[in-house]
Amino acid sequence: MRARVLIRPKAGILDPQGIAVERALPALGFTGVSNVHVGRLVELDVEDPSDLDAMCRRLLSNPLIEDYEILEAWSG
Amino acid sequence: MKAGVVRFPGSCDDVDAQLAAQRVGDAVLLWHADPDLHGVDCVIVPGGFSYGDYLRVGAIARFAPVMESVIAFARDGGLVLGICNGFQVLCEAGLLPGALLPNDHLRFRCAQAQLEVVNASTPFTRACEAGQRLSIPIKHTTGRYYAPEDDLARMEADGRVVLRYADGLNPNGSLRDIAGVCNAEGNVFGLMPHPEHAVDELTGASADGLRIFQSMAEAVDGRVAA
Repeated sequence: MRARVLIRPKAGILDPQGIAVERALPALGFTGVSNVHVGRLVELDVEDPSDLDAMCRRLLSNPLIEDYEILEAWSG
Repeated sequence: MKAGVVRFPGSCDDVDAQLAAQRVGDAVLLWHADPDLHGVDCVIVPGGFSYGDYLRVGAIARFAPVMESVIAFARDGGLVLGICNGFQVLCEAGLLPGALLPNDHLRFRCAQAQLEVVNASTPFTRACEAGQRLSIPIKHTTGRYYAPEDDLARMEADGRVVLRYADGLNPNGSLRDIAGVCNAEGNVFGLMPHPEHAVDELTGASADGLRIFQSMAEAVDGRVAA
């Protein structure tokens, strides 16, 4: 089974990457952009999708500073 | 004192840490894949880019075979020092509270930092005096210390904030200007500055970093280090 996990900085924690991107976009003429956050995407094949939550808590994310979301888990 | 310096793939300050520790005792390298700590009296987790910093700094190194032994050693009261990437690894391993986040300015910062010794009664700072200034270099991209506000207040009250960037000259956006913290028991200490690069005035701007290694030797040997 193919799964996709999105990891992002926890709300309220300063996200300098998000700020840098937010400041760069207007320089290219894209206005009206706000609340930018930069996270990480992990794609993986797993035999047992019920392991995904534990994988996220133990290795893929650091729950102190990051939130994770198991975006999709699909066969094929 | 016989110190063991961990070498991960991607460590780069392991030999400097070994040479610094050898000024006050013996020091050997510990290979990441070997869980045997070879009878060392204390462990140093050095700076560098363990496992390429992949995924998240320290995240993969934390599960190296040697780290399982280091964690057990620390739980038994053994002295463990984490420098820079080593600090990040110890946080990921749960031996120290909090985490290190990217510098608020997102730049790699290489500079001589002025530190204030906040707690001089730990095994890592006993050769210092409270309030003493130490001049020790930093070089990192991910050094912004973070812990939840409640934890920070408790840590400060318990003397677990050991080193602070002095005079508000905070190089990375660390909360409360924190440069180094210890665990509740005081036997695990992590700091972003590199004391192993400040042990000889010939090759560094000061020899203040030696104080950290002297402190450890005193704590282990029960006497003032040479």
